[in-house]
Amino acid sequence: MADVALATRDVPTPEFQTVRTPDPHPRPTKVKADNVKVFYGQKQALNGVSIDIPVKSVTAFIGPSGCGKSTFLRCLNRMNDTIDGCRVEGEILLDNRDIYDASLDVVELRARVGMVFQKPNPFPKSIFDNVAYGPKIHGLARSKAELEEIVVSSLQKASLFNEVKDRLHEPGTGLSGGQQQRLCIARTIAVSPDVILMDEPCSALDPIATAKVEELIDELRENFTIVIVTHSMQQAARVSQRTAFFHLGTLVEEGPTDHVFTNPSERRTQDYITGRFG
Amino acid sequence: MVGYSLLLIVILSLVAYYVGRGSARRFAGGAGSDKVHSLPGYHGAFIAVWVGIPAFVLVVLWASFQGAMLDNLVISSLPQAFTDGKSPAELNLALSEIRNLASGRIFGEPAPEIRAAAERLLAWQHIASWAMVVVAAALMILVLVFARTRIAPRFRARNNVERVLSALMVFCSVVAILTTVGIIVSLLYESIAFFRLVPIHEFLFGLKWEPQIAIRADQVAGAGAFGAVPVFAGTLLISAIALIVAIPIGLFTAIYLVEYADDRVRNVVKPIMEILAGIPTVVFGFFAVLTVAPAIREAGGLMGIATSPNSALAAGFVMGIMIIPFISSLSDDALRSVPRAMRDGSLAMGATASETMTKVLLPAALPGIMGGILLAASRAIGETMIVVMAAGLIATLTINPMDSVTTVTVQIVSMLIGDTSFDSPKTLAAFALGLVLFIVTLGLNILALQIVKKYREQYE
Repeated sequence: MADVALATRDVPTPEFQTVRTPDPHPRPTKVKADNVKVFYGQKQALNGVSIDIPVKSVTAFIGPSGCGKSTFLRCLNRMNDTIDGCRVEGEILLDNRDIYDASLDVVELRARVGMVFQKPNPFPKSIFDNVAYGPKIHGLARSKAELEEIVVSSLQKASLFNEVKDRLHEPGTGLSGGQQQRLCIARTIAVSPDVILMDEPCSALDPIATAKVEELIDELRENFTIVIVTHSMQQAARVSQRTAFFHLGTLVEEGPTDHVFTNPSERRTQDYITGRFG
Repeated sequence: MVGYSLLLIVILSLVAYYVGRGSARRFAGGAGSDKVHSLPGYHGAFIAVWVGIPAFVLVVLWASFQGAMLDNLVISSLPQAFTDGKSPAELNLALSEIRNLASGRIFGEPAPEIRAAAERLLAWQHIASWAMVVVAAALMILVLVFARTRIAPRFRARNNVERVLSALMVFCSVVAILTTVGIIVSLLYESIAFFRLVPIHEFLFGLKWEPQIAIRADQVAGAGAFGAVPVFAGTLLISAIALIVAIPIGLFTAIYLVEYADDRVRNVVKPIMEILAGIPTVVFGFFAVLTVAPAIREAGGLMGIATSPNSALAAGFVMGIMIIPFISSLSDDALRSVPRAMRDGSLAMGATASETMTKVLLPAALPGIMGGILLAASRAIGETMIVVMAAGLIATLTINPMDSVTTVTVQIVSMLIGDTSFDSPKTLAAFALGLVLFIVTLGLNILALQIVKKYREQYE
């Protein structure tokens, strides 16, 4: 009897296993996370998350509040380093390089993995200076004309240029919420990152501004690998190609978005997307 | 007797509270208790405040007018023969003799009339004090009985107490405001008297300051000159030195604490800065006189620079040390109130901590930091003790920090020490200097608060 009890204890608890559905047409992997665990002091926030994020597509993280999706997102550009008492275990590879390796410069990493936050956070500077901030600190422009070109093309890519071209030197904080968020996206793409992380980018926006940002995300997918955390399941269904469902610090299920939403393999995923909990 | 009255007020208010609460509890517990408007405690408080506050006001008024009333009574009770042919000043003298006698201080051989009057005064004082206690007690009991009848289930005791309390708070703030207004009026009054003696343009633009003129005929002194420019120049020089010392140190301390220090360092450094803020300025003063000034003079001597023993540098340096905590704690607040999202946004762009600080946090916090610096500057300009101890007395018009200069506050102190006379420009000049100083620091404070306010609006 005792042997049986021991044997069952060795098997990993099923809650920590992830149900994976591969893509019918797999893309190369951009970011590969392997058994990532995050601790805030004594408290464990993530229980070993492993996921492959495909290049030039949108991956959505969904799940109830406090499930660890934002925590995991912040691991991908090491923003968790700025939180006191936060510890990350496991391995995250960006183009097959460990981003937590001591030889890797976190400043360079963040230039390659940009981030857009929940609340629009333009700096208290002009629209132009907001976008020029990244190129300036990373020395991406050799001349003033080049800098201007980067700013204009970034604003164009963020489909904001036409709205602000006459007031580039007015403060970015004077824009509407949706415009501010697109300014933050323009600011992020101005340093030409490979990956853009978006932490609930539309939760502070009205439906029209949300629609614009979603449209923009769809366009950006051609050039960038995008990971988006969202509370809106409709949004995940609209913008993403793959969806990952987190629950209580565990990655429960990940797969092609239409599969996860129409035919989830896990009971908990089904319950969440049908609104039974969360 | 005033003490007894106050004790009585406290006791009766407490009694009133329990009476009110008790009778409110009686109907609160009974049938239909859902219709009771206020909690029993509020009924108690209602009676207590109405019993205590009027009686307190009565006692205060009584105590402050009793003396004058009795004085009048005593004077009019003096025999006709004694008061005839006496001037008011002489009567006043007699009155103070009576008062002295009544309180047991006997000088020489008092006249029999005075002795009799003193005895009367003593007796009246005794009666008046007891009358005060009795009247206060009677008033309180009357109010207690009356207020007790008002207590009913639907009586809004809670709202009533609220109104009384807000009136009390309005009264307290009015006291503070009236005091300030009184000080300003007296400053203005004496300054106007001064400007009648010395023309205002001479005071504001004159380059020579020699205020130690003779007040009594037998004193030997200069003719006097009241041009305040050198005094204000001295104040500005010392304050400028203080700010040059304090701004970088205070600002960098704040930046270090906000952005770089870990919790352990912060927990040590912050209390130390608070201790620095708590050192009495007189201690800074003798630190300046005994340690810093000799050290600066020696250093100056080694380098062959003529250095005054009480150089502006010594006073300014120590004053700078004094205002470091101001600048660092206000800058700390300003930097900390920049939203975390700004910092995260910059770090997520791949900026280093120092790039984030200089390009995002400092510009965003700049208005708050400027406000802190202006408050520190107005503090430095008005600071007295350090400069009284460490700065000079002679008003020299110079910008050489190794020279001795004087400041507005030093001059005010020195002019009000020794002989003073409110018809001499020497004394009145102190008020004029005080007025200008007040206007300057008030202006700086208003400016600082405006800047800080504008900055707050930006993020809320």
